[in-house]
Amino acid sequence: MKIRGKVWKFGDNIDTDAIIPARYLNTSDPKELARHCMEDADAEFPQKVTPGDIIVAGKNFGCGSSREHAPIALKAAGISCIIAPSFARIFYRNAFNMGLPIFESAEAAKEIEEGHEVEVDADSGIIKDLTTGKEMRAQPIPPFMQELIADGGLIEHILKKFQEK
Amino acid sequence: MSRPMTIAEKILAAHAGLDSVEPGQLVDVRVDMALGNDITAPISIEVFRKAGAKDVFDREKIALVADHFTPNKDIKSAEQVRMLREFAQEQAIVHFYEGGKVGVEHCLLPEKGIVLPGDVVIGADSHTCTYGALGAFATGVGSTDLAAAMITGRTWFKVPESIKIVYNGQLQPWVSGKDLILYTIGDIGVDGALYMAMEFTGPVIERLPMADRFTMSNMAIEAGGKAGLVNPDATTEEFVSGRAQRAYNVFTSDDDAQYARVIEYDCAEIEPQIAFPHLPENTVGISEVATVELDQVVIGSCTNGRIEDLAIAAAILEGRRVAEDLRLIVLPATPTIWAEALEKGFLKIFSDAGAVIGPPTCGPCLGGHMGVLAKGERALSTTNRNFVGRMGHPESELYLASPAIAAASAILGRIGSPEEL
Repeated sequence: MKIRGKVWKFGDNIDTDAIIPARYLNTSDPKELARHCMEDADAEFPQKVTPGDIIVAGKNFGCGSSREHAPIALKAAGISCIIAPSFARIFYRNAFNMGLPIFESAEAAKEIEEGHEVEVDADSGIIKDLTTGKEMRAQPIPPFMQELIADGGLIEHILKKFQEK
Repeated sequence: MSRPMTIAEKILAAHAGLDSVEPGQLVDVRVDMALGNDITAPISIEVFRKAGAKDVFDREKIALVADHFTPNKDIKSAEQVRMLREFAQEQAIVHFYEGGKVGVEHCLLPEKGIVLPGDVVIGADSHTCTYGALGAFATGVGSTDLAAAMITGRTWFKVPESIKIVYNGQLQPWVSGKDLILYTIGDIGVDGALYMAMEFTGPVIERLPMADRFTMSNMAIEAGGKAGLVNPDATTEEFVSGRAQRAYNVFTSDDDAQYARVIEYDCAEIEPQIAFPHLPENTVGISEVATVELDQVVIGSCTNGRIEDLAIAAAILEGRRVAEDLRLIVLPATPTIWAEALEKGFLKIFSDAGAVIGPPTCGPCLGGHMGVLAKGERALSTTNRNFVGRMGHPESELYLASPAIAAASAILGRIGSPEEL
């Protein structure tokens, strides 16, 4: 699985209130959540983001609440993957459960600049900054997890497995 | 002979049916209680349906608490609660709470003896780690993980490394569990315990009342922790006895258990702490705070909405008035706490002081309702998070502190200590 997109950069400790403020949590409709995605970190983000874009952020991305609305909002806004040195643990688990790929790489988080074109190879874990040509590395995503992501998340993946049986 | 283990490892081993576990090991465990609220459970219920499930694994081991936007703040919120109610009725869920029965989940469940020492508890709410104060392994998960547990009664974990924090010495005047945990987060950072189980120990913890222990475990997540545990002792036993709705097992750490890190603090050096915007790790001692004028003070939440917290606030506010142009909002965390505050005369004291007394609700803590901030407004709160926009407008400011500091600050109209009154 290869992911390619334009980069938006954010700092350390981007919390779930920044990703999707609680004032919008009276719904779990992905389209509605996408309309407010990241708005407390960058008010124009929901208008600027285009399908396939990649977020490159600082450490402890997704800290704070357990709201699954956070990865749902990011995915519905068109974000194809997130690269950060580290992720908060509940967000880490929720992201994969929602079928949103994430990669841990301190080097990539440091080197890649906003607006760069980046390609991530989930099989090898190689992150290539196409703007500078520089290659960096993250843990590859194992085949079963790639399949889960391709299916659209944990529940979709389990349902497909049931149907195959 | 199994390897020496921490309390977290022992609980996970027992629930996985194993003699011992070690950090990094993946385990499939039995869940004693699975919790969702009016924000997170609707997604779990959708997932439950989508997965084709017909029945929950155990109608007595699921708690649905509609506490976040109660009393329902708008039509969409009311619809979310309706979804919980209908699901609870259909599945005959025993622990469903709304309206006059609802309290802030992490105060309500321990109060009712629904979560107990030695339990594995998962909740689709990050502050589920609160129950670590009882000696339970309790942690926040997403709605999909909750749905899976509602169906199967099980979940999987990677056994976390443990970090032991030892509190030595004597507490200074006006220093509470809130100050200890803020100080700790200030020291290790908001990712200082990422993926790890925090274990709060030492002579100060042994003397600490349950309310303060709950406050400390509650904020383990603000250091990135997976859990925040206290080894059960006589204080725990006293709290649990008479409440427990079922049998439970007490686990404690072995003396020679392995820790990824051990931190020791001398509490003589810890003064009341204030977390400045916009992270809980931005802590300073009260003596270092210059003039910070306030528009609002909130006393309540799963962190500090217990009767002991209200007692401290009432003792400070008695016979005094809230500063002109400052709004003090007091939210007792459960109906029982509310009634007790009424009986003890605390509500009269708050009312005489000019406070707004609200119902049990998470409300303003997450900028939901009942105390949302306007652009440029500044508030001090006994809650747990001060991220950008947490209590309202993205350009508002939020400071975190103990109930004592909150009550004193409400009187002073600026951040200050009871010593100044």
